[in-house]
Amino acid sequence: MLNAADLTALSLTLQLAAITTGILLLIGTPLAWWLAHSRWRFRFILETCIALPLVLPPTVLGFYLLQMLGPRGWLGSLIHDFGGEPLAFTFEGLLFGSVIYSLPFVVQPLQDTFQSMGRRPLEIAATLRAGPIDSFFNVVIPMARAGYITAAMLGFAHTLGEFGVVLMLGGNIPGETRVLSIAIYDHVERLEYAQAHVLAGGMLLLSFCLLLTVYSLRGRLRLVRL
Amino acid sequence: MKFQLQRHGWMLVLAGWLFFSTSQADELRIAVASNFAPVLEQLAADFQKSSGHAVVLSAGATGKLYTQISSGAPFDLFFAADNDKPAKLVTEHKAVAGTVYTYALGQLVLWSTTLNLGANAQVILKAGDFRHLAIASPSLAPYGMAAQQVLEKLQLWQPLQTKLVQGENIAQTLQFIESGNAELGFIALAQWLALPAQQRGTSWQIPAELHAPITQDAVILKDGTAARAFMAFIKSAAAKAAITKAGYALP
Repeated sequence: MLNAADLTALSLTLQLAAITTGILLLIGTPLAWWLAHSRWRFRFILETCIALPLVLPPTVLGFYLLQMLGPRGWLGSLIHDFGGEPLAFTFEGLLFGSVIYSLPFVVQPLQDTFQSMGRRPLEIAATLRAGPIDSFFNVVIPMARAGYITAAMLGFAHTLGEFGVVLMLGGNIPGETRVLSIAIYDHVERLEYAQAHVLAGGMLLLSFCLLLTVYSLRGRLRLVRL
Repeated sequence: MKFQLQRHGWMLVLAGWLFFSTSQADELRIAVASNFAPVLEQLAADFQKSSGHAVVLSAGATGKLYTQISSGAPFDLFFAADNDKPAKLVTEHKAVAGTVYTYALGQLVLWSTTLNLGANAQVILKAGDFRHLAIASPSLAPYGMAAQQVLEKLQLWQPLQTKLVQGENIAQTLQFIESGNAELGFIALAQWLALPAQQRGTSWQIPAELHAPITQDAVILKDGTAARAFMAFIKSAAAKAAITKAGYALP
């Protein structure tokens, strides 16, 4: 049913989504925490930047990334000066693009969770002599479980569906940058509807299940308020 | 009732606007392959001036335009980047039989902004001392198919597999090279000629015998005097001169 090339695309896509989600949870946690609790007047500027991928067409993002990462782009020449390999047309390049592209899908649910949690749990933990790191791992993370699951699911699902960025930045290399959405697009353009149906149907089902989890959790895992 | 009218009044306005704006329009709608769009735009402006018929262009990839047309998109003419989509439309009775015309033959050029191609192009390709060679997707774009044939003829298709990056279409391929992410690549001569002089770098115009001709056909989709007039205009000496000047050959 699936040929070897499609299977490669499938595993590549799952890897991309999983690693992107992991990185985003690592970056997103401090970022969301800071956004939730900072009293800086111009916080909204950073919030705007993080939300940009929500409204920008992915091709805009892909286009700028391609220009920026090229040898004449500022980031590309910076990477070159530090002895790094160029990122365009590589898996790492897609990873970089995906992290930016899916950032709001992870940061926003975390920020909401942290905001509704408030500072109170940490203050209570502090009165019980818990250090900041101790209380973060043993108080904040367990309390924010629903937020973390939502963030991870949304980040993962959104990266799965990524198309415009990889189209611009990927170069359609099998096993390196040809992800599922590109494989589907190729099948459709070649009028190979049968293969396109298998992949597209699978993607639809997977995305449905991920979102189903997110929305069912909304009802069940209510945040514990103190 | 009054409440209803207030609520849906904007729909009436919209419906009225749609009715009047469509009833006035008797312009010629042309679907055109992206690579030829700039040339056709200029030609359409000339045609509009001489004939008085208004022309509206929609540019896109040939395959996508084909899918839209076979699903009933309201175009009068179709300027494709290949010859099989217009032929297919004729057999599917979506285009007027006997109106297919080869308006241009695409020409291919190997282009680089960093390497010194010119006379050394084949040597550089053989040496393979570059990270990425950009081509348009051979299965999606006629220019990509031609690029593959060139590399096969030079017996470089297999050796260069790991260095190939594919643009979805020829415009994206140009972007890969222009941004410097790919050191060199195959694009259309017409695209290269349209670049500002300081961006043209070095190039090698591919001899036509290295690939099958890139036959770009046009066909009338909805018959009418304006459509026929435009087709006759495209066949005129003035139009042909503009097309060759832009970097296409003629059959």
